Amino acid sequence: MSKPYTRPLDLKHGLVNLTHGSGGRAMAQLVSELFAAEFANDWLAQGNDQAILPPPGTRIAMATDSHVISPLFFPGGDIGSLAVHGTVNDLAMGGATPLYLSAGFILEEGLPLADLARIVRSMAAAARDAGVAIVTGDTKVVERGKGDGVFITTTGVGVVADGVKLSGDQARPGDVILLSGTLGDHGMAVMSQREGLGFASPILSDSAALHTLAASLMAACPGLRLMRDPTRGGLATTLNEIAQQSGVGMRLQENAIPVQASVRAACEFLGLDPLYIANEGKLVAICPPEQAAAALAALQAHPLGQRAAIIGEVVNDAHQFVRVATDFGGERLLDWLSGEMLPRIC
Amino acid sequence: MKYVDEFRRGDIARGLAAHIRTLVQPDRQYRLMEFCGGHTHAIARYGLTGLLPDNIRLIHGPGCPVCVLPIGRVDSAIALALRPDVILCSYGDTLRVPASNKMSLYQARAQGADVRMVYSTNDALQIARDNPHKQVVFFAIGFETTTPPTALALLQARQEQLANFSVFCNHVLTPPAMRHLLAAGDAVQLDGFIGPSHVSTVIGSAPYAAVAEEFAKPVVIAGFEPLDVLQAVAMLVEQINAGRTEVETQFSRAVTHDGNQKARARVAQTMTLRDSFEWRGLGQVPHSALAIHPDFAEFDAELRFALPYRHVPDHKACECAAILRGQKRPQDCKVFGIVCNPDNPLGSCMVSSEGACAAHYHYGRFVQGATA
Repeated sequence: MSKPYTRPLDLKHGLVNLTHGSGGRAMAQLVSELFAAEFANDWLAQGNDQAILPPPGTRIAMATDSHVISPLFFPGGDIGSLAVHGTVNDLAMGGATPLYLSAGFILEEGLPLADLARIVRSMAAAARDAGVAIVTGDTKVVERGKGDGVFITTTGVGVVADGVKLSGDQARPGDVILLSGTLGDHGMAVMSQREGLGFASPILSDSAALHTLAASLMAACPGLRLMRDPTRGGLATTLNEIAQQSGVGMRLQENAIPVQASVRAACEFLGLDPLYIANEGKLVAICPPEQAAAALAALQAHPLGQRAAIIGEVVNDAHQFVRVATDFGGERLLDWLSGEMLPRIC
Repeated sequence: MKYVDEFRRGDIARGLAAHIRTLVQPDRQYRLMEFCGGHTHAIARYGLTGLLPDNIRLIHGPGCPVCVLPIGRVDSAIALALRPDVILCSYGDTLRVPASNKMSLYQARAQGADVRMVYSTNDALQIARDNPHKQVVFFAIGFETTTPPTALALLQARQEQLANFSVFCNHVLTPPAMRHLLAAGDAVQLDGFIGPSHVSTVIGSAPYAAVAEEFAKPVVIAGFEPLDVLQAVAMLVEQINAGRTEVETQFSRAVTHDGNQKARARVAQTMTLRDSFEWRGLGQVPHSALAIHPDFAEFDAELRFALPYRHVPDHKACECAAILRGQKRPQDCKVFGIVCNPDNPLGSCMVSSEGACAAHYHYGRFVQGATA
């Protein structure tokens, strides 16, 4: 294909400007030299306004997720890999095999093209690792000050095998609650990079695609009720959502919930609770008690589930409370997060 | 986690609880006020009430910094924040405190105010350095714990001649509030105080002696960890049984008789005692708060912006006043958990997790289970 551009995109020193979103040559160049080149697949190469895909199966899953994270780059990941993992995980939690993604970019005028290239490459690598193709996309540019560098929305399509019926309303009293690993890594990794917080830590985000972990779990545990990834609002929010959907209560053992020492220390210092902090590479699963041991073994056998644990059980509770038995011997309520998570003063 | 887990050990807690059960005299009531929100939080978070015998009642006190901030002061902060030339810096919890006309600093931010949450006064100073064409105001709140950082910020601002920095000072003092609670005509019946933790690391244990002596109430200064609170309860029970009314320090790993003298000196240099100050719930309390010292008047936001003060009454249905005085419990309030909840706080006790209502809502409401 002949390219009507005089010079290639300056991915070292160039900046995004309004022409990159205006539908002219500059935009065509950005799409072909960066997005199409990095995401390389047949559908994208066709250069049409849509990707025409073969029917993937009898049941398809679809999910969408917008990513507005600041800073764009954080220990253990960046907005690009996160945009892939977020949507892949939303599909995987329903038992779907993720196949295709779309990617919508809103770029802020002045964003260094080098940053954009780094994000796009990371996104491409994450998609390759997860075995999904980014088959269609869109780019818009907003004036300086009207965006935060880059916002990415990804929509995913996956296929769900017949007979799989995982849903948030399936938890039953007596069921066992499993967690695939340590809590709070992503949230604290991001927080450690935010301006004005002034603490350094070796905490890495756990951002990862969970579909293979989910598949191993489903294979080992045919009675699996549901899976969910505890992202924003953390474990507390996820469990309250499930309790409400299923009309049940939950009882957790605080000392069974895995949290890295560095995350606990940072939370302690900042007055935050790791049970409310976001994760991007963990899943919560609920299964009947007789299959819990097999489910735990399957999680622990996977590289992303080595620190998996059984953290509690589903109980009858008209109030749909999630309670935590503290190591201390008391019991507390693990409530919905109210407002934004704010540090205490004293 | 070292230096934290040791103070949260369940086996020791159960031992202490058993010890307390052997100490209490069954025909006696022990009404103990924990002054600080930090204690309230620990009691709720770790379910300490459930470990204690029925005749020990823990009564939540007014020691939650955002809870006692009167609406009029928050209104002033909001008015400041809405000025286009101002960046208002504040500690986190303050942003959600409900003020007049359904406003809060959060609401102000949505309306375009530049409100920044900071973790330290250093952040506020840095924002002032980075924004020389803006007025940067630090909304200073809190008890004696948070006064030294404000004092240091004032000294630093003076040294750097940071002309665009100022402090809206709302620091309040603990001993005058304790005295006020005990002296009030409708005072709640108390048998002893669990005394402030972090506050006492600054002011020391000495200032409570007058309160203990004058009102014949024992005070045990306790740390914020759950084992600290339990040990303090045991010490108070022993004092009450023996008829003693002394100031004792359970939190001896951090509190001395005279406190942190360097910190106190900086505070004395930069701030001065107000004749009177309004506390939410307690009303006007004489000599209970600090203002910027006249020597540092150039950094006093109240003078720089000629801030007027207007008393604003609490919402009629809100029982925060009685709760902050220990006369009512959160669950005694008609609007608790229904109209007033952490997402839509009507009163300030529902805002901070140190507030009696928020602590009970978040951690304890399944105990009586009537509010879901």
